[in-house]
Amino acid sequence: MKHLRSIDELGLDGLTGLLQLTDHMAEINQRPVPKVPALRGRTVASLFFEDSTRTRLSFETAAKRLSADTMTFNVSTSSVNKGESLRDTVATITDMGVDAFVVRHKSVGIPWQISQWTTASIINAGDGAHQHPTQALVDCYTIREATHAQSFAGMKIAIVGDIKHSRVARSNIQAFSLLGAKVTLVAPPTLLPPDVSHWPVTVAHKLDEVIGQTDVLYMLRLQSERMAQGHVPTLREYSEQYGLTHKRVLALKSDAIVMHPGPMNRGVEMQIDPSDVKNSLIHRQVANGVSVRMAVLFELLGSGSNLGGQA
Amino acid sequence: MSQSIVIKGATVVNRESQQVADVKIENGFVVEVAKNLKGDLQLDASGCIVSSGFVDLHAHLREPGKEEAETIETGSRAGALGGYTALVAMPNTDPPQDSVAVIDFVREQGKRAGLVDVVPSGCITLGRQGESLAPMAELSLAGVTLFTDDGNGVQDAALMRRALEYARGLGVTLAQHCEVAELTKGAVMNECSCCTDLGLPGWPAIAEELMVFRDIELVRITGASMHFLHLSTKRSVELVRAAKRDGLPITAEVTPHHLSLTQELLASYDSVYKVNPPLRSAEDIRALKDGLRDGTIDAIATDHAPHPRRDKEMSLDLAPPGMLGLETALGVVLAEGMCEIRDVVALMSWNPAKIARIGSTHGLDVVAGANANLCVFDPELTWSVDPDRLASKSTNTPYAGKTLRGRVRHTIFKGTATVIDGQAQK
Amino acid sequence: MSKSASINSSREAMTAADVSRAIVRIAHEIVERNHGVEGLAIVGLQRGGVWIAEAITEQINKIETSVAVPVGALDVSLHRDDIGLRPVSLGAISNIPFDLSGATVVLVDDVLYTGRTVRAAMEGLNNYGRPRAVQLAVLVDRGHRELPIRPDFVGKNLPTHNKDEVSATAAGVFVAPHSEVGK
Repeated sequence: MKHLRSIDELGLDGLTGLLQLTDHMAEINQRPVPKVPALRGRTVASLFFEDSTRTRLSFETAAKRLSADTMTFNVSTSSVNKGESLRDTVATITDMGVDAFVVRHKSVGIPWQISQWTTASIINAGDGAHQHPTQALVDCYTIREATHAQSFAGMKIAIVGDIKHSRVARSNIQAFSLLGAKVTLVAPPTLLPPDVSHWPVTVAHKLDEVIGQTDVLYMLRLQSERMAQGHVPTLREYSEQYGLTHKRVLALKSDAIVMHPGPMNRGVEMQIDPSDVKNSLIHRQVANGVSVRMAVLFELLGSGSNLGGQA
Repeated sequence: MSQSIVIKGATVVNRESQQVADVKIENGFVVEVAKNLKGDLQLDASGCIVSSGFVDLHAHLREPGKEEAETIETGSRAGALGGYTALVAMPNTDPPQDSVAVIDFVREQGKRAGLVDVVPSGCITLGRQGESLAPMAELSLAGVTLFTDDGNGVQDAALMRRALEYARGLGVTLAQHCEVAELTKGAVMNECSCCTDLGLPGWPAIAEELMVFRDIELVRITGASMHFLHLSTKRSVELVRAAKRDGLPITAEVTPHHLSLTQELLASYDSVYKVNPPLRSAEDIRALKDGLRDGTIDAIATDHAPHPRRDKEMSLDLAPPGMLGLETALGVVLAEGMCEIRDVVALMSWNPAKIARIGSTHGLDVVAGANANLCVFDPELTWSVDPDRLASKSTNTPYAGKTLRGRVRHTIFKGTATVIDGQAQK
Repeated sequence: MSKSASINSSREAMTAADVSRAIVRIAHEIVERNHGVEGLAIVGLQRGGVWIAEAITEQINKIETSVAVPVGALDVSLHRDDIGLRPVSLGAISNIPFDLSGATVVLVDDVLYTGRTVRAAMEGLNNYGRPRAVQLAVLVDRGHRELPIRPDFVGKNLPTHNKDEVSATAAGVFVAPHSEVGK
């Protein structure tokens, strides 16, 4: 595997392979000294055109635990709004000797464009509303860890909120479906993409109608600008219809899992403290982030899977 | 003393006749169409078609303001190589074509290049801002016959109504870029299942169709003549078909790319496929072709929109929309094989010449006495598009590496060969 | 070391009984060398060393019943020095459920060859604490060392060709000659 840009590109085998590799990385993270020399001499550059301290730290921690060197380029979007500058930036960093770029950008497709300009591996850490594959891996791993299920066959997962603008939702819909889960999208029509008929999902507009049958309740963040853009009239109305309230917690099945990719909007989609929910995995999602990203970095840079030949 | 040119052995395609004959040109005019003619310069054209030169209603030549992308000279050369003898220059230059000075500049630059007639269009509104009317009377006195804010649609219905009323008095045509801007904020591609997957904001068909509908109704009450630029949806074709049935003075064009490329290409993340209006569905393409065949659509226009490489190297949302068209239009249209050669000539020469009101010198039958603005093309020749070998200053063709059918062999502009055997002569 | 060497075309270097006798002897030597089992821990290397480590530990715990000697397993794939040079196949997940700080750790592997696996293992061990001492037990020492590593306990010294493939299981130790490999 050369790049990780989308769940599609990964496929079911790639997905399950990375989840298995994550088990190894999780063990390393349990050690008193959680660091292995596997990627010694390799350099990972994070190229973040959009602020995301937690994702960036998660990747950089992962790289360091594998003994890779890290570089950080925090580029404000305003200084790189011309393609030439982006290409130049990538070329310059490539010339410094970089083995992988971890890229986040508000524009869809940037990881694919960049991969034309460098020989390094590209890891998509979020492109616009398109894909965020490592978050989906984290979420799959977290569900697997909690349920001890190798396959998600028969599992009912509800993704609630702003599907339209969510790269997390797009990656997770693909990943959950690949693993066999039945995915339901719960959102007002204004927060759904124009046409989801070809997606392997069912759509509901009322959270209360699905919450009782759900095994995994995946809450998405609602950004406050959606109100200004007229996607929802008020945040209050949204949180009444789609927020996780105490009343809705009581409606959950006793073993249902609650997840959120973070950062949470307390008082909007999360009307409760996650610790009020018995099976909230929100903290496990963060903890597993490092192990999953170690697995991704190792797979791309260390596994030799690009070399061919036999193990 | 002008040398005489004879085009040897081509099929002469005229409105009422087709015959294999030689065409002799002297002093800027066709002087004889017959067998076995001799001249100072003899151009072999066996197996080729000779017709009036093509007229593009929709070329962005970028000068003044964005000479990095194209100049009037390089755009004219691209046009000549594509078989064009006249190009309507779109007004979204910098400064825009909303003053006599800029109109004159564009026309003069065209004359200086001397490869095609560059016909400047004028802005409908000042600075294409959609707020107040451009000095249309002055511009019309300076020779402008086609007005458009292309790149933008005129959003304000009251302003558009006034523009049409004013245009009727001047006897000029307004050309609309149909796009209701509120519906296309941030839009990158057609609103479809593909944009759902990519998470890109969609450019819905309704944003075009609402304005087509509005303007048809405005034409109905004002009586002004109206041309619809680059129609791209099935419903737009249906609206125009109905309007024409009602006898309204409406014409419409489509682009070669909207006839040949679909929205799914955007999944490559390559902004060369970003264009405005966006590439649509296969169903829309079928409807556009039906429109061409039944006369709903009058013209094929290129919307030739050069952009420098560094601009097109931006991400899909940031890259400017537009693609090259002049040098590939004929090859794309013939490769699509949707109509007879005679219809191709009508759509690319006769009809657009009339819409641009340059029918006295362009789009004429190839007969003795006609202005010698001619195109000679081989309708069967297949060729592969190499962006680096195009005459345009930019390389943003979506047909790079594609095989097209039909290529221009010679172009005659004002009695002079601007292209011989596919090579520009200056 | 090899899963492809076929028994039919291989030479038997140790029988099943030889292997089991060697394991008993090594267990005795470990106890003798360390004057008992106080602070002793056994760590088998994934994959081939794990069953031997378990067998040795079982024997030790029969010899000295005062303290139960713990046994763990270590996967050294991510500590190897040839990462990126060849495809990596990970063994089972490491499992060392005890503190190594201050312990005397006996690393156990099936076949000692270049010494690179052992080097990686010594580095990996440090992730789990700082042992007082590290010793090395192998069922077979086949020579061709590339690093200054010497085993403390050996089942059998086995001269081999550089390209022979050696397999060591409870069923015996077999050498597939160089010329047979890859057929």
